[in-house]
Amino acid sequence: MPNLHEQLKAKLPQGVLEIHAQHGDETALIRREAWIDAALFIREDPAFHMNVLMDLTAVDGRDLKWKPRFEVVAHFYSTEHNQRLRLKVAVEEKDAVVPTLTNLWPSANWFEREVWDMFGIRFDGHPDLRRLLMYTEFKGHPLRKDYLWNKRQPLIGPKN
Amino acid sequence: MALTPADNQLHPATLPDQETVIKRTRTESMLLNVGPQHPAMHGIVRIITELDGEEVVNADVEIGYLHRAFEKMAEQGGYLQVIPYTDRLNYVSPLINNIGYCLAVEKLFGLETTERAKYIRVIMSEISRVTDHLTCVGASAMELGAFTAFLYFIKAREYLYELIESVTGARLTISYARVGGVKGDLPPGFRESCLGAIEKTRKEIKEVDALLTKNRIFVDRLKNVGCISKEDALAYAITGPFLRSTGVDYDVRRANPYLVYDRFDFEIPVGEHGDNFDRYLCRMEEMEQSFRIIEQAFEQIPEGPVLLDTDGTVMPGEAMVDEAKMGRIENIRNVEAVIDPTLDGTTKVQYRNVETVNKRASLPPKEDTYGNIEGLMNHFKMVMMGHGIRPPKGEAYFPVEGANGELGFYIVSDGTDKPYRVRVRPPCFTIVAALPLILKGDSLADVVPTFGSVNMIGGELDR
Repeated sequence: MPNLHEQLKAKLPQGVLEIHAQHGDETALIRREAWIDAALFIREDPAFHMNVLMDLTAVDGRDLKWKPRFEVVAHFYSTEHNQRLRLKVAVEEKDAVVPTLTNLWPSANWFEREVWDMFGIRFDGHPDLRRLLMYTEFKGHPLRKDYLWNKRQPLIGPKN
Repeated sequence: MALTPADNQLHPATLPDQETVIKRTRTESMLLNVGPQHPAMHGIVRIITELDGEEVVNADVEIGYLHRAFEKMAEQGGYLQVIPYTDRLNYVSPLINNIGYCLAVEKLFGLETTERAKYIRVIMSEISRVTDHLTCVGASAMELGAFTAFLYFIKAREYLYELIESVTGARLTISYARVGGVKGDLPPGFRESCLGAIEKTRKEIKEVDALLTKNRIFVDRLKNVGCISKEDALAYAITGPFLRSTGVDYDVRRANPYLVYDRFDFEIPVGEHGDNFDRYLCRMEEMEQSFRIIEQAFEQIPEGPVLLDTDGTVMPGEAMVDEAKMGRIENIRNVEAVIDPTLDGTTKVQYRNVETVNKRASLPPKEDTYGNIEGLMNHFKMVMMGHGIRPPKGEAYFPVEGANGELGFYIVSDGTDKPYRVRVRPPCFTIVAALPLILKGDSLADVVPTFGSVNMIGGELDR
C-alpha cells in the first residue's frame, strides 16, 4: 500500500504539484485550483477519510524568496485510520486568495480568520472573514516577514 | 404588535387572557456582553450573547485580549530562546508545552533523547496534566458556588507544584525541557516525595469526588448542559477531554505514542453524552490515569547516578576557574566541578543521563562551560546570536497530548539558527471556536459552567 501522499498524487495527477514525506510527515503541495477538490477527496475517499482538520496556518516565504510568496498549510487527521496528512497550497502576494474549507470542516472558520488576520491571505467564500486576534483598526498583517516585530501601531482610543 | 390603548381601559374582568397577551406582545432579542471583565471569563474573552428571555439564541466570541505575539517573537531569536515563551502558552501545564516544543525541534534534527530523559519528561508531563485538571475542575466548581472543592483542589495542586519546584526550581515559568533532553536530573529522594504527593492528592480528589459527583445542585447544573455531538466535535477539530466526553477515544498518547507512552498500561476515559458532567467525570478519571502512568514510570525508569561520588574528584566550579586562571591546570585535569544546583540544577554525571550526546543540539554541562575551553566554545556555539543550534532545512509537525487536547508544534527551519516559522496548534482554540454552537439553546446561567468546562487558557488561546 503506497503512502497517502503518493496515493493522492496518483488520484489527482493534475492537482498535486509536489509531494514529500520529510521526517515522516506526508505532505502534498496542491494547485490552488484543485484545493477544494483535493480537500473533498481526502475527506470522502474511504482510504483517506480525513474527518478532522487539525490545524490550518500559513508561512510567509519572503525571506527565502519563495515563488509564490505564501504557503497555506493544513494538517489533517483521520480518526478512523489514525493517519495524518499535510496539504499545502501556494499563493502569490498580489492574488492572495484561497478557497475556503469552512463548508467542509467548520474548524476552518477560525483558523482561516487567524490566517487572514496574521498574513492577509483572503479566503474565498468564507462566511465571516474578520480579524480574530487583532482589533479591527489594526494596520497590516503582523506575521508577514516585512512587518517588523517592534513596529508601533497608531493609538485608537475612544472617540468622543 | 403592542398592546393597544383600548386594552388598558377595559374592566379587569374583560381583560384579554394570558395567551392573547403573549400573542399581542412584541418580543425582541436582547444583546448581552459577558466579559471581558466578568470573573468567570477570566478577564480575557468576551462572549456577545443574543438572548430570548434567558435562552441564548446566538453567541459570538471575541478573543485576542491576551495576544502576546508568541509566533512572531519565536522568529526573532534562536531555537533555545523560544523555550521560555512556551512556558507562557498554557500556563497551567507549562511542562507539556516545553516538552512538545523540544520534541518538534528534535524531530527536525532527527534526535533521540536518552531513556532516562524520556521517562523524566513523561513523569513531568503527567504531573502537569494533573495540575491542569485540578485547576479546571476546581475553578469551574467554584464558579458554581462549590468553593470548598476549589480550595481542596488548589491545596492538592500545591503538593504537585512543590514537586515541580523541587525539580525545575520554579513553579510556573519552569523552562525545564531542552532540545536533546531536560535541564537537570530529578533531585535525590524525588521518587518518594512524588509518590507521597500523589497519595495526598488522591485523598483530596476522593474528598472532592464525595462532595460533588453526587451533589444534586452540582449535577443539575452540569447534566445535559453544554452538549455537543460526536460529529460536531470532530468537525470543529475538538480534542482532549472535551472530545472524549462525547465518546471518541482519541488521545495522542495512545494514537501516536511519543516518548515512552507505549510502555504504560493506562485507560482512556470516555463519556457518552458530551455534556458538562461527562467532561467533569473524564477529567476526574484522567487524573487517576496520570497517577498510574507516573507510578509505572518510576518502576521502569532506568537508574542513573543522581548524586556525584564526592571522593575527592569534585571541586567547586568557581575554585576551578580560579585555579585555571593561575595556570594550575594539573590540579583540575581529572577533577569534575560541582556547581550550585540553583545555578543550573545539574552536575556533569547527571547531565549524561538526561541529555543526548549530540553536540550539535544539546548544551554542555555547566562544569565544562566554566571549566574548560572546549565546553566554553561548545556553549558559545549553542547560545550566541548567529551561532545557535541549526536544524537542517525542512518542516515538521509534532503533536503531543496537552491537558486540553492535541497540542501541536509546526516548525519550519531554513537551516539557520533562528526558527523560520513556529506555529502552535492551541488545543482550546478550536473549543472556543465551537462555543456559539455549544451555548445555543442553553440558558444564560449555563454559560458559566460550559465555559468552565472548556478550560479556556488565555495564554495558549491568544498566544
